[in-house]
Amino acid sequence: MAGSQWELPPELCCRPMAFVALTGLDVVYNAVHRAIWDAFCANRRADRVPISFKVLPGDHEYPKCRTKRTSYEWYIPKGIVKTGWMNKHLNLVPALVVLFYELDWDDPQWKEKQSECATKVEIVRTSLQGRNTKVAVVLIQKKTPLPPGEDLVASERASALCSSCDLSGKSLFVLPHTDHLVGYIIRLENAFYEHAQTYYYTEIRRVKSHKEFLNKTTHQLLFVRHQFKMAFLSELKQDTQNALKYYRAAYSLVHELRAHETNMLEIKTMAGFINYKICRLCFQHNTPLDAIAQFRKHIDLCKKKIGCAELAFEHSAWMSKQFQSFGELFDEAIKLGLTAIQTQNPGFYYQQAACYSQDRKQMAQQFCQAGTTYPSPDPLDTQSGGLDFYGQRPWRQGHQSIDPTDPEKEKLGILALQIKERDVPHSELIIALLSNAVAQFKKYKCPRMKSHLMVQMGEEYYHAKDYTKALKLLDYVMCDYRTERWWPLLTAILTTALHCAYLMASVKDYVIYCMELLGRASTLKEEQKSRIEKNLFKVLTNDVPEAESECDQSSVGAARSLWTDRMALSGSNELMVEMQDYIPFIQCKARFQSPCFHVDQPIQLQVFLRADCPHPVSFSKLTVSLSNQEYNQWCVVESSGQDSMTLLPGKPRCYNFSFVAKTEDVGKKVEVKMMLGSDSGRCVFLSWRGAGGDAASTQEALQTSRSSRRWGRGNETRQELDWDSLTLQHSTMIISRVPRICVQLSHQPPALTNEMFCISLTVQSQENVVAKDVKLTAGLKPGQEAGLGHTTHVTLDGSSVSDDNAPALLTDVPLGDLKPGEKLEKCVYMRCVSTGPRIFLFHVAYSIDTAVEGRHIVCKCHKVENLLSSTFELLDQVAVDIPFLLMTDIRSSSPWPLLLSSSSLQLLTVTSSTPPLQSQLQQVVLQTGESASECFCLRCPADTSSSNTVATGQYVVSWRSADSPLIQTTVTLPHVILESVPLYIYADLPSFGRVRESLPVRYHIENRTAQVMEVEIAVDPSDAFMFSGLKQPQGRQPDDASIAAA
Amino acid sequence: MFHICLLMFSPQNYPLYIRSVPSQNELKFHYTVHTSLDVVEEKVSAVGKSLADQRELYLGLLYPTEDYKVYGYVTNSKVKFVIVVDSSNTSLRDNEIRSMFRKLHNSFTDVMCNPFYNPGDPIQSKAFNGIVSGMMVQTG
Repeated sequence: MAGSQWELPPELCCRPMAFVALTGLDVVYNAVHRAIWDAFCANRRADRVPISFKVLPGDHEYPKCRTKRTSYEWYIPKGIVKTGWMNKHLNLVPALVVLFYELDWDDPQWKEKQSECATKVEIVRTSLQGRNTKVAVVLIQKKTPLPPGEDLVASERASALCSSCDLSGKSLFVLPHTDHLVGYIIRLENAFYEHAQTYYYTEIRRVKSHKEFLNKTTHQLLFVRHQFKMAFLSELKQDTQNALKYYRAAYSLVHELRAHETNMLEIKTMAGFINYKICRLCFQHNTPLDAIAQFRKHIDLCKKKIGCAELAFEHSAWMSKQFQSFGELFDEAIKLGLTAIQTQNPGFYYQQAACYSQDRKQMAQQFCQAGTTYPSPDPLDTQSGGLDFYGQRPWRQGHQSIDPTDPEKEKLGILALQIKERDVPHSELIIALLSNAVAQFKKYKCPRMKSHLMVQMGEEYYHAKDYTKALKLLDYVMCDYRTERWWPLLTAILTTALHCAYLMASVKDYVIYCMELLGRASTLKEEQKSRIEKNLFKVLTNDVPEAESECDQSSVGAARSLWTDRMALSGSNELMVEMQDYIPFIQCKARFQSPCFHVDQPIQLQVFLRADCPHPVSFSKLTVSLSNQEYNQWCVVESSGQDSMTLLPGKPRCYNFSFVAKTEDVGKKVEVKMMLGSDSGRCVFLSWRGAGGDAASTQEALQTSRSSRRWGRGNETRQELDWDSLTLQHSTMIISRVPRICVQLSHQPPALTNEMFCISLTVQSQENVVAKDVKLTAGLKPGQEAGLGHTTHVTLDGSSVSDDNAPALLTDVPLGDLKPGEKLEKCVYMRCVSTGPRIFLFHVAYSIDTAVEGRHIVCKCHKVENLLSSTFELLDQVAVDIPFLLMTDIRSSSPWPLLLSSSSLQLLTVTSSTPPLQSQLQQVVLQTGESASECFCLRCPADTSSSNTVATGQYVVSWRSADSPLIQTTVTLPHVILESVPLYIYADLPSFGRVRESLPVRYHIENRTAQVMEVEIAVDPSDAFMFSGLKQPQGRQPDDASIAAA
Repeated sequence: MFHICLLMFSPQNYPLYIRSVPSQNELKFHYTVHTSLDVVEEKVSAVGKSLADQRELYLGLLYPTEDYKVYGYVTNSKVKFVIVVDSSNTSLRDNEIRSMFRKLHNSFTDVMCNPFYNPGDPIQSKAFNGIVSGMMVQTG
């Protein structure tokens, strides 16, 4: 059990609790007893007193107490603390023995039962001979007791029982077995706890009293032992403050011991125990800094106490355990609410523990050579099967002098230990500790520390020959180091990974790691690179690579046979390696010569390759795969026979490709994916996504751009290709050929509403050959305001006014062929029903035979403005049966003269009071800004129902501009509100009057209602006139009341 | 002979300058320093939150390990300096380390002033090398 030799004993790590033994309970057959026992042990939460209970039979034999020493004068201690001591006080020697006895106060057989109880107490006392353990009696009663003092029989019998059992009154309890069992139990428990504390108090006093008998020369060990015992008993008493004090004292005493090789282990073991207790208590007292300080002190004091040199691994194991257990304590405290920080968390302790475990492993390898046989008889065997004292050697227990008693035995013992150490699964221990640490560092935001530990884990798996796991871990962290650009570390990790890949004979991994180790990020020396490159080529030619130098010999043999098997297997010898995630030894950069190409130009693509490895690399094929697979055939370079393509170290090589894009790819992008195959026996396809570049090239490009910004374009003068300043151009745009025809448009804006507006188009070919299938698309450009499509009509026929069904866009009007230099004219008519700007599109497409390619051109768009507006004055209200005037007003906004040919009214409800005349505006020519007015007298018929508004009708104007056809514009006249008037007044006024002559004015007042109306008329004189006649005529029907004014 | 190791990082945390005396076990130093960047980053970002203008460039002891003490320093342009010394080296106290950093910072500024130096490139200046060597001899 060499591995667990360093584990802390469980009795040290648990929380000590007062031990109380319960006897007289038959928990198996007696239901009442069972219920009592359950009440004691179930639900022991933190609020209950810390006691550990145990049911023991009444005649249980407790550990014998040795006779007390009266003098220490001739006593020489054999060790510090006995291995059984802690357990004895935790689990074997009770602080209190409680005797349960069923007895009611009014039991008919009281006397007999009383003496039986006394006997039972006596039996317990006898077996506790010499111990200070208290005894208590609990009477289990069926009846609920009366309040104290009322039951005279009870108090009398209680005192009788006490005296017969030799008990104090405080140690006799009554437990009525009624409903409130748990409540009673809790009260009992508290009483037991008090007794237990008294017991531990006296025990501490007893141990303390030994001190005066001790002397410093022979009893040094006892000083430590007593302090330790007092501390432990204090813990049992739950007096953690004093416990901490005693432990601290014990700790300083343990370091005062004379240390030599023979007792070093014992001292360290005890120091470790005490330190553990101190740290634990400090965390418990919520003083984590004290705990950390104590631990640091402990480590500083013990670091150099290696002890026996041949067993130095033991020291490392012990150190590792110290760190581990402190880490666990720390972690536990955190779980209970302590907060840790980035620089002080359990992870560091686990990491250090792992570190010491690594030391241990190394030393174990150094000291424990194979080949020796295990000594017989086993020097590690003891008669009892264990040790008497903590930290002693089994072959010389209790031996405390400086020199070992028997050097021969000592040698054999050491040898036995060394052989045992050989079987310890060191790697497992280390990996477990490291993964603990990783978990902690993850929690405390230490990504780099985490990566570092994962590297260590990977290395440990490698040592443990678990290569798959090792590679998995290493692969995972490699990316981090790659992005951080720590090349030395990356190289180190890659080297380990390469070893793993070699030993596993994993071809793909091996190839990848080789390629990266040959690359520019690797910090390996030239000769190493050269060796690796040779190995790589061996693998590529289906050969077994040479062994990696640092691998151990036994595994190399196994690896070699694995490789031979792998190579014999002919099946899948094609490998595809994505280069983007690595920094491989061949760099690749590809670029299109230009960000865009016309479809009639050949597309130029350059692929640059550069090898960073020490030897030339030859490869057999370079292919480029483009997003349109059809082009791939043009971008292949293949070596023919002997003439293989070779990359010289450090010399960039450029491969040019050119191909013609297809017309259907116009407007699409072409992207590069590269594949570099080198197939000779085994093929490896290196593939670069995008246009080459790898994990490191972005940063390099950035650096280069910085320096070139500083130094201008110094590179251009240099003849040699500057690799770093090569930029990638991973896509190009294929755009249509530049058209060689001339399209001209002529028209005279603005266009008027409803006008047939003519736009003339001239197409002239400048091609050298015949342009075939010339097609015209003309009309409203799509994508304008939604309504415009319905209000715009395009036609090729200008002779008549187009109807509303004409489309807004004429598509693909064939125009025939165009000979070189030929000119073609075409008129397009457009009619807009509403005003507003419009954008027109003219698109001439043709195909041409030059390179069997069709060409299209998109011609310019055009703007047309429309600017006719008509305005009408309008009346708000019209009275029924009263004539009114309608006046129209036409104003020309057109920049050239308009001829109005006719105008007419189309009336609906109202009637014209005058017979229809010829239009007053016939043949009137309006210049820009001029207006023409027309007046109509209208009357609303009397029988019109008096609805509020009424449509008046439409006004139609026919007009035309200079030479366009006649156009009719219809304007809907506004609606008017009808009103019926009850009283109609009509004034009869002469058209003129003379000064000083009378001006007769006659008012006709007409009642249009069915009722009789009373009218009152008042005439207000004006300053300019004098009145004659009735000023205030009154009456019902004033007949032609006349008022004359003078 | 005490170990001493000096590293400088770019703001992107890749090494600009590495020097360790004696040179064996260099890899372990690299790992130690690399992991210390966790603490540097944390400290730098913590400083950024408060008192941004009155920043102390010296970050002090980054974290204790069994064997080494790691000290950190960050320039205003976020170039990081890290010095690692043996834990047992008691001659170097906080003050000495602080003045070493200041000296380094000064000569780094000189390097940056060189128009031929492209920021972000590894430092290959002879003068800088000389100053570092001098410092290491003094303390080592």
